[in-house]
Amino acid sequence: MSIELDHVSKRFGDFAAVDDVCLEVATGELVALLGPSGSGKTTLLRIVAGLETPDSGSVRFHGEDATDRHARERQVGFVFQHYALFGHMTIFENIAFGLRVRPRAQRLRETEIRERVGKLLDLIQLDWIAERYPHQLSGGQRQRIALARALAVEPRVLLLDEPFGALDARVRQELRRWLRRLHDEVHVTSVFVTHDQEEALEVADRIVVTNRGRIEQIGTPDEVYDDPATPFVIEFLGQVNALPIPGVPEAVGYVRPHEIEVLRESVASAFPARLAQSATIGRLARLEFTLEQDRRSVNVELARDDARALALERGDLAFLRPLHLRRFEAS
Amino acid sequence: MSTGASARGMQARASVLPGFGIGLGYTLAYLGLIVLIPLSAVFVKAAELTWPAFVDIVTAPRVVASYRLTFGASLAAAALNTVFGLIVSWVLVRYAFPGKRLVDALVDLPFALPTAVAGVALTGLFAPNGWFGAWLEPHGIKVAFTPAGVLIALMFISLPFVVRTVQPVLEELPRGLEEAAATLGASRWQSFRRVVFPIIAPALMTGFALAFARAIGEYGSVIFIAGNMPMISEITPLIIVTKLEQYDYNGATAIAAVMLVVSFALLLAINGLQAWTRRRQGALT
Amino acid sequence: MDAASIGSAAFDPRHRKAAPRSLDARVSTVPGVATEPRFVRSLLIGVALAFLMLFLFAPLAFVLVQALRKGVDVYLAAIVEPDAVSALKLTLLVAGIAVPLNLVFGVAAAWTIAKFDFPGRNGLVTLIDLPFSVSPVVSGLIFVLVFGLQGWFGGYLREHDLKVIFAVPGIVLATVFVTFPFVARELIPLMQAQGTEQEEAATVLGASGWQTFFRVTLPNIKWGLLYGVILCNARAMGEFGAVSVVSGHIRGATNTLPLHVEILYNEYQFSAAFAVASLLALLALVTLALKLAVERRTRAHCRLATDRADTAAAAR
Repeated sequence: MSIELDHVSKRFGDFAAVDDVCLEVATGELVALLGPSGSGKTTLLRIVAGLETPDSGSVRFHGEDATDRHARERQVGFVFQHYALFGHMTIFENIAFGLRVRPRAQRLRETEIRERVGKLLDLIQLDWIAERYPHQLSGGQRQRIALARALAVEPRVLLLDEPFGALDARVRQELRRWLRRLHDEVHVTSVFVTHDQEEALEVADRIVVTNRGRIEQIGTPDEVYDDPATPFVIEFLGQVNALPIPGVPEAVGYVRPHEIEVLRESVASAFPARLAQSATIGRLARLEFTLEQDRRSVNVELARDDARALALERGDLAFLRPLHLRRFEAS
Repeated sequence: MSTGASARGMQARASVLPGFGIGLGYTLAYLGLIVLIPLSAVFVKAAELTWPAFVDIVTAPRVVASYRLTFGASLAAAALNTVFGLIVSWVLVRYAFPGKRLVDALVDLPFALPTAVAGVALTGLFAPNGWFGAWLEPHGIKVAFTPAGVLIALMFISLPFVVRTVQPVLEELPRGLEEAAATLGASRWQSFRRVVFPIIAPALMTGFALAFARAIGEYGSVIFIAGNMPMISEITPLIIVTKLEQYDYNGATAIAAVMLVVSFALLLAINGLQAWTRRRQGALT
Repeated sequence: MDAASIGSAAFDPRHRKAAPRSLDARVSTVPGVATEPRFVRSLLIGVALAFLMLFLFAPLAFVLVQALRKGVDVYLAAIVEPDAVSALKLTLLVAGIAVPLNLVFGVAAAWTIAKFDFPGRNGLVTLIDLPFSVSPVVSGLIFVLVFGLQGWFGGYLREHDLKVIFAVPGIVLATVFVTFPFVARELIPLMQAQGTEQEEAATVLGASGWQTFFRVTLPNIKWGLLYGVILCNARAMGEFGAVSVVSGHIRGATNTLPLHVEILYNEYQFSAAFAVASLLALLALVTLALKLAVERRTRAHCRLATDRADTAAAAR
């Protein structure tokens, strides 16, 4: 089931949460909406779900216009950041909820409901807690239950709103890998919202980078990381240094810390700089330099052994040569 | 995450949830029928009077004397309750002693006890042969059937307002603030005066206003102990009842209009105070 | 706009959180640092208890003692006396009508105010609080002005031989008015704090409006609802001023229990008066006990329902 958003806009008072967004998600894809807080990604997700109505534009599922269809009839699964599990129901009842509220004509028999819930609990590897209550579970378990609950009604589209935002770093990492594996098994068209670029880069088939209600770039993780379309994208994804372009004052060159060579002798296109600070983190060394020409900081990342071979002390002069400079007009 | 009404006119925020229309409709209808329309009857009826006639009624000497008593005693009761209420809140939040849970629960008694019961009980206690009256009379202190009795009754029914308003603020006060003050050299009293008190001041004022507002309208617990002598120990609500019994609807309504205006003004003031209290509290966390 | 910013003259003991015990354990107990020297503490406790003794406990004790002073027989006789019984019946009837009416209203108003955003929402909440700020006597007067013989509907009622004032309907109306805000005031902050996510989740899963309300919302608010009902009932049974104005004080017909206490007292039948008063005092104590029980349940419920990654440590 593919999703097409066509010139969708939504304002809240004076604030443009979503500004003329066009987006296509192919069937079976796992797409990340990545951006800072307030960039409109959650609003966009809620518009797809039918929890918000766009001011203009249309939402189509597999070609069919769904803009005026009510959320309850869109057959989308939605996973909330804070789970929104029904605290007074058991895990079993939570997952079965969508199946129980169906009109009598479409309702499954009790045995079938049990079977389906059981299969889902197996899928999320939590078959042993069906009779517990949400407050007895950890955050990571609750989120998996929320996912199972959304999947129980066999949605055509799965939407996740910062699904791991409320969890510890370690649990976040485990769950994001688990989500990827689950998607590979279930193949539902999925869109998830996150502000964590590592999460987007690791999990998604394609990333949609959002900023202030607009889309900055759409591409695979490699594409947005290596070939950013705008300064915002390169600044948001990963570490980056902004360097002056010699002879062109209105332009800025962006280069990542691990794309800089550090030399002790001057060469063409190398910037003279002095070492300000250095730190070793595991097998990497991070060196902070101050450019001679305008005193700005440049961060360089090297393998630890390479850094040691340079034998630089604080205040020593070195020459930084960018290996991959991306040039943009200064904003 | 909360947002204002969208640009498409008056659109409910969570418009995906049902029941807005019917909920709002029923709420407004019920509110209008039970509360707003009957209340408006006071002002409609009062407007039938000419302005001079209205002023005559509400500034008659007997009525003015009742204002003095009602507002004066309410003010005094609220003020005294603010002091004692603060002490009670402090003790309940900060200290431990046997029976504290019971005491804490019973603070709500004036809120749960029917006013007539409070009235007859307080009168009995402070009457010349009552438990307290018998002890006070010989010293020349008359309480029952005097304005002092009114004060006692009003203190009884408005006490919980101060305690329950200040308690939550005290409970959530970060204790680290007082420890910091101590390490900086402040004595316990200085720490209270300069650190704790400014934080609970808005709540104290709100409690005072709530107690005052409750006290000025009070009827049942006061009329037994008051003595009800015109010009001396007669409260304003009683004058309204007396005029009603004499079928002087104009008089009763005029005075009721005055009381309503005061009540509404207080309601708005209390809203403002509570918003201020919450802002102050929010600044702490 | 968060939960705390809606709601006006809020007397809401339920929203007091339990004193954070773990925090106390981390606070210095050295006198003079974060707590007072011993004698100051004892003094303050003494003052507080003396004050409360005088103002709260003494009246309660007095009622109970005076009621039983002439012996249990006299006490029981006063309670089963026909006028007292009919006063009790009327009190129960009035409460039995007023509380459910205000319950339905409270739920409807809280749903509208808590789950939706619309202009004038704050004003609506203030309007709902109005009856709290009105003096009981005025609360009765307004219905006399509307339904009394000289009132707006006076002619109409007389023509059709209907009585509202000086009859039971008037008492019901006045009681509905004074207990109007109780349930709504409990539910509005509660439902706001709970937010709309669970209802949205239910809707996306396909539930209809009523299904969402009964299966998801109602179980979440049940303790707040009960609390509001308890307070509403206590006030409905104990209301004096407003009912006194509309009632006509007809023994055996339009007297509620509080009015009956007044009549007995004015006739110098003190023991009987205190006997009936003791029933009402008992009601007050039961109300307090129920309040306490529900408060405890609510605190536990809130703790459990909060989604925090650090609570609940079931092993994976």
